[in-house]
Amino acid sequence: MSKDHIVSSFDADLSRLDNMIAEMGGLAESQLARSIEALCKRDTEAAERIIPADKKIDALEEEIYEYTVKLLALRQPVADDLRIVISAIKISSVIERIGDYAKNISKRTIVLKDNPSLTGALNTVSRMGDLVQAMIKQALDAYIERDADKAGDVRARDREVDLLHTSLFRELLTYMMEDPRYITPCTHLLFVAKNIERIGDHTTGIAEQVHFMVHGEMLADDRPKDDHSSTTIVTPEDVKNDRESAQP
Amino acid sequence: MSQLAQPILQDEALAALDAAPNLKISARGVDVFYGAKQALFGIDLDIGSRMVTSLIGPSGCGKSTFIRCLNRMNDIIDGCRVEGQILLDGNDIYGHLIDAVQLRALVGMVFQKPNPFPKSIYDNVAYGPRIHGLAAAKDEFDDIVERSLQRAGLWNEVKDRLNEPGTSLSGGQQQRLCIARAIAVSPEVILMDEPCSALDPIATARIEELIDELRENFTIVIVTHSMQQAARVSQRTAFFHLGDVVEVGETEQIFTNPRERRTQDYITGRFG
Amino acid sequence: MTDMAARAPIDTAKSTGDIVRNSLKRRYAAERRFKFYGLTAVCTALAFLAIMLGNIVYKGHSAFVQTNIELEIYLDESVIDPQGHRDPKALISADYGGLIKASLRKKFPDVRKRRDKKALYKLVSGGAAFELYQMVLADPALIGQTVAVSLTASADIDIFNKGGIDINLPESDRRVKDKEIRWLETLRTAGAVSIDFNTRFFTAGDSRDPEQAGVLGAVVGSTLTLIITLLLSFPLGIMAAVYLEEFAPKNRWTDIIEVNINNLAAVPSIVFGLLGLAVFLNFFGLPRSAPLVGGLVLALMTLPTIIIASRAALKSVPPSIREAALGVGASRLQTVVDHVLPLAMPGMLTGTIIGMARALGESAPLLMIGMVAFIVDVPHGPTDPATVLPVQVYLWADSPERAFVERTSAAIMVLLAFLICMNLAAQILRQKFERRW
Repeated sequence: MSKDHIVSSFDADLSRLDNMIAEMGGLAESQLARSIEALCKRDTEAAERIIPADKKIDALEEEIYEYTVKLLALRQPVADDLRIVISAIKISSVIERIGDYAKNISKRTIVLKDNPSLTGALNTVSRMGDLVQAMIKQALDAYIERDADKAGDVRARDREVDLLHTSLFRELLTYMMEDPRYITPCTHLLFVAKNIERIGDHTTGIAEQVHFMVHGEMLADDRPKDDHSSTTIVTPEDVKNDRESAQP
Repeated sequence: MSQLAQPILQDEALAALDAAPNLKISARGVDVFYGAKQALFGIDLDIGSRMVTSLIGPSGCGKSTFIRCLNRMNDIIDGCRVEGQILLDGNDIYGHLIDAVQLRALVGMVFQKPNPFPKSIYDNVAYGPRIHGLAAAKDEFDDIVERSLQRAGLWNEVKDRLNEPGTSLSGGQQQRLCIARAIAVSPEVILMDEPCSALDPIATARIEELIDELRENFTIVIVTHSMQQAARVSQRTAFFHLGDVVEVGETEQIFTNPRERRTQDYITGRFG
Repeated sequence: MTDMAARAPIDTAKSTGDIVRNSLKRRYAAERRFKFYGLTAVCTALAFLAIMLGNIVYKGHSAFVQTNIELEIYLDESVIDPQGHRDPKALISADYGGLIKASLRKKFPDVRKRRDKKALYKLVSGGAAFELYQMVLADPALIGQTVAVSLTASADIDIFNKGGIDINLPESDRRVKDKEIRWLETLRTAGAVSIDFNTRFFTAGDSRDPEQAGVLGAVVGSTLTLIITLLLSFPLGIMAAVYLEEFAPKNRWTDIIEVNINNLAAVPSIVFGLLGLAVFLNFFGLPRSAPLVGGLVLALMTLPTIIIASRAALKSVPPSIREAALGVGASRLQTVVDHVLPLAMPGMLTGTIIGMARALGESAPLLMIGMVAFIVDVPHGPTDPATVLPVQVYLWADSPERAFVERTSAAIMVLLAFLICMNLAAQILRQKFERRW
């Protein structure tokens, strides 16, 4: 975007804002990574460390909020400066939600510890987690670099996450119908998957905000949604057919 | 003119100075009369050292009157009477220990409309040091002129034409020349009475950047009718209304959450 | 059934455009009339000026040339310097007139009658003898030789030669008689009559004989008087104005002073002359008719003008300059001297020149202090008796002689030239001091 301001302290203020967003985003990223790792490795100690660390993300969000209010009052930004500050507010609240989801995943990890493993499902979850982490990183990079094209790319990648979520949803329903012992862990896993899918949506929201920040217009077209879990139905017949088709 | 400081008041002021070593100017109970009409009513205000304090308020609220008390420019107005106490580093500026001419070498002023002398750029900046005897030889003067113009951010634009008249510069450059002229005598305080009101936005931005740089070495008091400028430029803000200080505090606090209703009404544009 | 016929909208109020358009013709006509009146006024003023100047130039231009008659004169040593010692006392007392007369007699040997001889001698000026003396004094080696000398013709001959006397009048009405005309013609055919530039007008003082009269005495007197006036009124006026404007407190006393100064500027100049007479001449006993006293009187007269003009010039300096100077820490005096005075100087100089020009043309106060006397010698210092140009004009204008008439106009032209020079000087000084702010 534009060159340096004549009043250099204004540039310093905006840089500080970027740094805070980057720091918050980095924290959230690492929270997510570690919570998924803890989940897959069934490491409850790691999970227990993640939960209180979320406070730091909340504190940063508050700090960013106060800072943007101060910037608006004292600098009266307009045009692109205004969009940067407004975007920072929205993005920081989104990152805070991502942090909350990561905390939630860790909470469920502790519950799932004593339950039978669902390696296949966990692998899917792990893959979803990797995808979403990459998306978060790219979205935040796009924000710092003010790169709308990078942001547009993030939007497209959410599709894969949604597809994975739909298939995992089906899979877990199938497990639950096969064996009642799986109901507890699968339900928790459902929530975990849903959390990760929501994180993907939120990250797309960050990307859209970046586009607005750069171009000054909201993205008109609807986001491609390939999450069909809300309409997924699995009947006992489907379970039987699946089992039969799985046999040679 | 002002009464001599009562011993008790002086001790209080000195105590305040000890408590807040960054206090540069301290005004207590300042009343200003133009003939029979009173313009300022018992102003109590502290100006911190090495920071920018801005005075805001509607027209005729007394902010210009107050700032002109700080370097005794009100002395030249017939019928103007100043009462109360104004201390600069603990010394009463209306007492007989400080002479008005000496005071104005310590407290410089930049005016609303740029008013360079109709002399060359060099002579404009060198005039103050010359009359105060701050330099003797030509190269000392050259030094002072170059340093002042560099600090004012004007050196690169005028270094090849120091002998041209000061009035041949553009408005923004003239104002920066006036700032260079003010800092050439190495004052401790710089007073600015609406310095950007006659300038376009780019020139204004340059001056604001300059003020940011200057505050590392000088105490700056700026009167401005643009609240946005006060918000951008200052660390402390005082809101004047009808000759009174309604509220004074950290600029951030004044503009995000002022304590007084009147302050909020003014800065949000709810009353003229 | 609704009446759908369109009813014409009632035009109760004309639009602004229409009203303005109607008034335009009247307004422009008024403007044209005004311009015409203004132009007429300017033309009338210029016409008067042209008539006055034209009249003066017409009457006076001939005074700048003078008829001279060349005679062969034998510088008889026995007449000029009988002792032969070239003693100045002897030289000065010699009868040069006799030598001239001898030369004329030689030229016109057939003039016998006493009356005719007298008329013949009157061809040359009465001061021709003195001219001859000056020539001999300058070069005593000429004594004993016969030299061709160009002598000033008498006033009547001079006027006649310039065509100022009507030949058609009967002889008894004329100043120049027929025989004189005949003699003149004889000289003319011999090539002895010439019209040369009248340097005497610029090098000689006043004289009873118009052909010998010059303005030098008056010019020097005027110059000395004006110098004294300037030296006194300029510094006093400037300093008074600076004090009143910059330093004096604004109270009732200064108001009274200001009113009095304004009134003094309008006081008739002759009153200053009376003051000069009473105080400078009678009380202090200063020499009468001296440029010193004249300068003092005129200084008093010009002082109010200079003070008023200087105060106006000081007032016109914008207060922002003063504030800027004070803000940097200049004292009141430094502010005034370094900043205000240089800016006010053009206005002050203009006021001074106006005052000086008025003083140059004043005669009434100087008449009162005695500068009306007939002064022949060119003054050498401010205490020598002198006269000034306007008084000289007045004295000459009194005389009915034709030759003085032309010299009066010529003196007026010199006075005007003096004024123009002063104004030019003022312009140059103004431009030198003018600064933009």
